[in-house]
Amino acid sequence: MSRTASDIARAVRSGDLSARDVVDEALSTIDARDGEIHAFNLVLADEARAAAAAIDERVAAGDDPGPLAGVPVALKDNLCTRGIPTTCSSKILEGWKPPYTATVVERIVAAGGIVVGKTNLDEFAMGSSTENSAFGPTRNPLDTSRVPGGSSGGSAAAVAAEFAPLALGSDTGGSIRQPAALCGVVGMKPTYGAVSRYGLIAFASSLDQIGPFSTTVADSALLYDVISGHDPLDSTSISDALAPASPTLTDGVEGLRIGIVRELMEGVSPDVAAQVNRAADALTAAGAKVDEVSVPAAVYGISAYYLIAPAEASSNLARYDGVRYGLRVDADDITQMYGATRAAGFGPEVKRRIMLGTYALSAGYYDAYYGKAQRVRTLIIRDFAAAYEQVDALLSPTSPTTAFAFGAKSDPLAMYMSDVCTIPSNLAGHPAVSVPFGRGDDGLPVGVQVMADALQEPLMFRVARALEEAA
Amino acid sequence: MSTLPDGWEMVIGLEVHCELRTETKLFCSCRNAFGDEPNTNVCPVCLGLPGSLPVLNRQAVEYAMRIGEALHCEIRPSIFHRKNYFYPDMPKDYQTSQYDEPINVEGWLELPDGARIGIERAHMEEDTGKTTHIGGGGGRIHGADHSLVDYNRAGVPLVEIVSKPDMRSSDDAKAYVNELRAILVATGASDGKMEEGSLRVDANVSVRKTGDPFGTRCEIKNLNSVRSLGRAIEYEASRQIALLEDGESVVQETRHWNENDGRTHAMRSKEEAFDYRYFPEPDLVPVAPSDDWIKAVGESLPPMPADRRAKLAEAAGVAPSDVALLVEQDLDQLVADAIAAGADPKKAINRAANEIAADIANVHRITPESFAALVNMEADGKLTATQTKQVLAAMLAGEGEDPAEIAKAKGFEAMDASALEAVVDEVIAANPEAWEKYVGGDQKVTGMFVGQVMKKTGGKADGKLVNQILTSRRSGA
Repeated sequence: MSRTASDIARAVRSGDLSARDVVDEALSTIDARDGEIHAFNLVLADEARAAAAAIDERVAAGDDPGPLAGVPVALKDNLCTRGIPTTCSSKILEGWKPPYTATVVERIVAAGGIVVGKTNLDEFAMGSSTENSAFGPTRNPLDTSRVPGGSSGGSAAAVAAEFAPLALGSDTGGSIRQPAALCGVVGMKPTYGAVSRYGLIAFASSLDQIGPFSTTVADSALLYDVISGHDPLDSTSISDALAPASPTLTDGVEGLRIGIVRELMEGVSPDVAAQVNRAADALTAAGAKVDEVSVPAAVYGISAYYLIAPAEASSNLARYDGVRYGLRVDADDITQMYGATRAAGFGPEVKRRIMLGTYALSAGYYDAYYGKAQRVRTLIIRDFAAAYEQVDALLSPTSPTTAFAFGAKSDPLAMYMSDVCTIPSNLAGHPAVSVPFGRGDDGLPVGVQVMADALQEPLMFRVARALEEAA
Repeated sequence: MSTLPDGWEMVIGLEVHCELRTETKLFCSCRNAFGDEPNTNVCPVCLGLPGSLPVLNRQAVEYAMRIGEALHCEIRPSIFHRKNYFYPDMPKDYQTSQYDEPINVEGWLELPDGARIGIERAHMEEDTGKTTHIGGGGGRIHGADHSLVDYNRAGVPLVEIVSKPDMRSSDDAKAYVNELRAILVATGASDGKMEEGSLRVDANVSVRKTGDPFGTRCEIKNLNSVRSLGRAIEYEASRQIALLEDGESVVQETRHWNENDGRTHAMRSKEEAFDYRYFPEPDLVPVAPSDDWIKAVGESLPPMPADRRAKLAEAAGVAPSDVALLVEQDLDQLVADAIAAGADPKKAINRAANEIAADIANVHRITPESFAALVNMEADGKLTATQTKQVLAAMLAGEGEDPAEIAKAKGFEAMDASALEAVVDEVIAANPEAWEKYVGGDQKVTGMFVGQVMKKTGGKADGKLVNQILTSRRSGA
């Protein structure tokens, strides 16, 4: 599947290409290689073929199925799909089929997109390598001895392996951008509230956002334009009309002011830092004014994040108690049943974060941990605001390293550092995108992150597009 | 009344949970209805299914604001928190509730006797489902063979009204709940049905020697009626005093009222209390009603019971507590209108509070004018008390609107004073010995004279007037 989503949709809408052929090609690519990669928890072959046939009928009847006509889309397996297992790659949701579909999925289908499967993730989106999946890890299609990143590793790998030109992930601390960087694809996290979270199984509600994976910046903007916009089912969804990103994509960066975030260049592998500097030069060459800027509180992002996210997770994951759905391990009384079910159903990283979060919210500790982390978050927002007084967009590495080997980061703290550059945007609620730019010393792709102020997606995509052209 | 030993005083604060009468639940569009087939009014949101999100019900906010206005609270920008604890009746294993930034703070409520009880807060939260524990011991989850959960109630909007510890007797507490219920019904926010659980009361009770600082309190749960509330408070205060008088101390704990044995039983102590790990609900945005909205809500409220009592009391020249029953029975407007139409205020209050209240279903047959005419016939001595009641009963039964016509039809032609005097004089003349005794101060014969007059007049005489005539004849004797 080497065609872009934009090309497929254009060809399907004009009748030059049948959706059925597109889907068959995708399914045969998956069939050939997903046994090795394990991007998917579930491939929806029959459903995808039926949906493709319906698209073809509509085109034949003179209908326009929409901007994603016939485009295969892979969904991270924490997005609810009616009647189709949605697992979060966790044993605790064993056997559960949602009775409803996530808003983003409804929008993709309404735009003519075809869901081809549910992709693997770190359990409940907690991790940076997809090694925390209860169903086994996903392999990086560019080097199968390496991780694809995470937590949306399955979606990143699906796009990198050309199983589908588009995929959705969720990004709480970098879970779209970091695997995109490690798999050499484009991954984008929208402004908090730009995309509805209704139907996204929550990890940390104040940080979670759904966003696109694609091979090109144009496809990223295309999918962002389809899934963004107000949803009355999500109270945190922005009610104002959002500017689409596609129309201004090729407007260039002439005259834009762009800042390299000093704090996010520290502690980064030299080969990765070199590519970020090269990206800065490319933007300068394209007419932008690039300077170094400081976002001092960004260095506290990891610390604040690992209090706020686990705190919210400890509450969000309480409902998996064996009473109503999913796994239940029977025991003598309800308290023991809760304990046995959760002990058997959750993996070690999920348990670690539930414990961290429970502790951070406990009476007597709230102010010192959760309360303080929220104050740091306010500082980060303030420092970003100051930076955006000086520049239009910010630049940094996406990940401190290229894709690492399986088992290389068995120390949880080492793993947590994978998201040092991506977490600040989640805490601030700002949009950010990772664009493949050059390669590291190991020959694997490097991702450069473009960040912008809230709701500045169109501007951010222009910068990303300029980088893509120079890469 | 309180039965505490001398020198002891109880201190009571009440927490009242009020289900709001919204069409739909607090965070989803499921029907808010009592008594439907279990688990039929449910959806992904109120079942807390993975990925679902809450959206706040505007009508619930408006009802909460109405309650706040009626309780003289400050209505403020507020936020929701999550109250985390595991229990099978809570689908998310946390309750979404307002915590340290509630919508309504610092108000008060006025009891019929004029006492003001402070309101600390009145905040919004969602109700839980309803569990039924089958088998095992005592209807508790532990030891039950199995439990059934009905999530129809999960997510029903509640306002929890927390009083200050301003009550000093079980009568205060009962009066507070009755008054609060009347206010909640008046706002339209609640149907006030304690028997259906629309109104649920928890009581915080402590005791102290008068003048001492507050003692250690216990929270009493499972109070399903105003009567239980009174009994439980009396029992609990006595229990605490007995402990203290024996040199022991009260342990801060939650206690369960058992209607059958009339006692409270320990549920969990402070040490065993849950750590609810409250934190701001990230799935909801702050609730900040505009000044215009607050103003509109305030202006749309009907008069509250205390205002109605004050208004009628002033018109009637009586104390507000004298007209409490009329307001409770919704008869204050009729009485006020009758007074405006010239009715004797005290007679109007009495007849409305007794006879009309006893046949409230037929009150629509009474106009202020006809009622005024009736009570004035009594006040003017044209009808006796007994006759007045009979005429009023006939009016309520729909036998006519004009009390004079009814009285005439019943033969209640009132005797004029001179005719009655003549009859009294006849009876005196016929009983000279008894009259001697009466004049000598023997009150025992009074009844005989009145009885004789009644007999001669066929019951048409006004007993009070007969007494007056007898007294005047004696002073002239």
